[in-house]
Amino acid sequence: MIIKTENNKAWWLVLPVFLLVAFSAVIPLMTVVNYSVQDIFDQNNAYFVGVEWYREVLRDPRLHDSLLRQFIYSFSVLAIEIPLGIGVALMMPTQGRMGSLCLILLAIPLLIPWNVVGTIWQIFGRADIGLFGWALNAMGIDYNYASNTADAWATVLLMDVWHWTSLVALLCYSGLRAIPEAFYQAAEIDRASKWAVFRYIQLPRLKSVLVIGILLRFMDSFMIYTEPFVLTGGGPGNSTTFLSQTLTKMAIGQFDLGPAAAFSLIYFLIVLLVSWLFFTTITYMDKAK
Amino acid sequence: MAEIHLKSLAHSYSAKPTGPEDYAIREMDHVWHQGGAYALLGPSGCGKSTLLNIISGLLAPSEGEVLFDNVRVNELSPKDRNIAQVFQFPVIYDSMTVFDNLAFPLRNAKVPEPKVRAKVNEVAEILELHPVLHNKAKNLTADEKQKVSMGRGLVRDDVSAILFDEPLTVIDPHLKWKLRRKLKQIHEQFNITMVYVTHDQLEASTFADKIAVMYGGQIVQFGTPRELFESPNHTFVGFFIGSPGMNLMEVSRCEGGVTFDGYKVALSDELNEHLALIPSDNLKIGIRPEFVHIWDGPTDDAFEARVKHTEDLGTYKIVTFELGGQTLKARMDEDREVPNGRAYVSFPQQWLKLYVDEFLVEEQAR
Repeated sequence: MIIKTENNKAWWLVLPVFLLVAFSAVIPLMTVVNYSVQDIFDQNNAYFVGVEWYREVLRDPRLHDSLLRQFIYSFSVLAIEIPLGIGVALMMPTQGRMGSLCLILLAIPLLIPWNVVGTIWQIFGRADIGLFGWALNAMGIDYNYASNTADAWATVLLMDVWHWTSLVALLCYSGLRAIPEAFYQAAEIDRASKWAVFRYIQLPRLKSVLVIGILLRFMDSFMIYTEPFVLTGGGPGNSTTFLSQTLTKMAIGQFDLGPAAAFSLIYFLIVLLVSWLFFTTITYMDKAK
Repeated sequence: MAEIHLKSLAHSYSAKPTGPEDYAIREMDHVWHQGGAYALLGPSGCGKSTLLNIISGLLAPSEGEVLFDNVRVNELSPKDRNIAQVFQFPVIYDSMTVFDNLAFPLRNAKVPEPKVRAKVNEVAEILELHPVLHNKAKNLTADEKQKVSMGRGLVRDDVSAILFDEPLTVIDPHLKWKLRRKLKQIHEQFNITMVYVTHDQLEASTFADKIAVMYGGQIVQFGTPRELFESPNHTFVGFFIGSPGMNLMEVSRCEGGVTFDGYKVALSDELNEHLALIPSDNLKIGIRPEFVHIWDGPTDDAFEARVKHTEDLGTYKIVTFELGGQTLKARMDEDREVPNGRAYVSFPQQWLKLYVDEFLVEEQAR
């Protein structure tokens, strides 16, 4: 016979975790859920509105536009940074002083705070005092990120590439270093071309770091706020206004807490869904026979 | 297909070697003839793998030349040398199927697809990889992975040579024997030069027609298994080949032969003549346990030895005995006994070898 002693005191030991999770995740999230289903006028006048805010938010053309911009932006970032990061990692010296020097140089952009990056590029890109903007104009290219939509987009993308390609490169570099020398020797014996070595040895073995790299870069770029805000303020017009900026305007600028809360939850679900899609696709490709 | 000539070859991993101990390969001249099945036998760290990598071109020798059919190939990559090599631990391309793995070296050389298919099927047949041919290579067992590794070396029938670097280390013993037979068959069928690195003398002698024994970065003897057994060129070969290895005794000169611990061993007139001309005092005599003669009772030329122990190996016995300060071994028939812990042993002159500075003193006519 099994005698099961019930000791409810044990629950106290789990309490700190409960509190931590509650305060860090559950309570803030539920507050947002709470706001998203009510219309609040003041402390005593709150009305339950059901999914009304969700319906409104989903029909809002401003949101449609910035969601589209956000996807274009995030996919452009991935399309540039992932191949570029792999390329940089492949070209990096594998040992010696040059190797260490490259690692340090690559790590520098990652250490700079977002708003500083925004400020750097805001000045760097100016036609009058910025080296980059001035040089482009001196070469006869009419470049002005404050008034030209294409220039603004190019600058915002370039800034992100400058800031974050290093992350992908460093991840890939560590992945490449983990490939045993025997694989390269066998490939050399098998007369593999450089492309074949990349395609059949390096790329398959970079898969796990690339999953991390793609997910991190997607989530980060999809939630980007500070850098474009400092650089262009969302302009010219609304051309570089991304989702988080639209949300901030709605929540803080207009104080529309209900729709902003509904929007936040939708935003969160989109990030979750796309990340899940990436992850499942890549893991599935791995398992396929 | 090629004859591989290593000409005054030496290799050191340090940039500025200061003495012989800095060399992984000490200066050597060696020829692997076209179509031979060779083994490169030696203990770990003797330079076997280094030598193999120099032949295949994965490593550039610091001194000397590698010649394929009398053409210098030092500067050529493995690709241009057209050489196949199988490594100790299986290397497979795990994103590909077994079929694609085997086809990889052929497709890299732009071999037409129908021929690729025929060749891959042929090799898969020989290595019994057919049941898993279309599976992903990453899910294979260690045995199968190594077979795939070997298969990639074997699909190319136009190679200069196939080099094996202890390829059966990870394979189960019962499969080892089978695969070694397979390699031998493939060798007979295609007449490709094969060099097989191993530290296992049994593996070497079952695979190879001729064995090169390496020790301390040198090939100390190159010969048939029988030659290595009957007249080892170097004390290391005597000790390393055979189970148990050769009995070696440090000796000094005396009238008509050599002596150790008060025991006098007579040498042939020819050896005595040789010995008179040699200044070195580093002298050893060696005799294989198989050739030590055990008498039933005292005779004129037998020494009386104290038996330490006897091992019964089923089909024969190994007797370990003491003669002076030396511990020696002898092989004895299964049904014989050594009475009273006393053995009367003699060393037949024809099997007694004399080593000066560890190298054999050759006799001309025998």
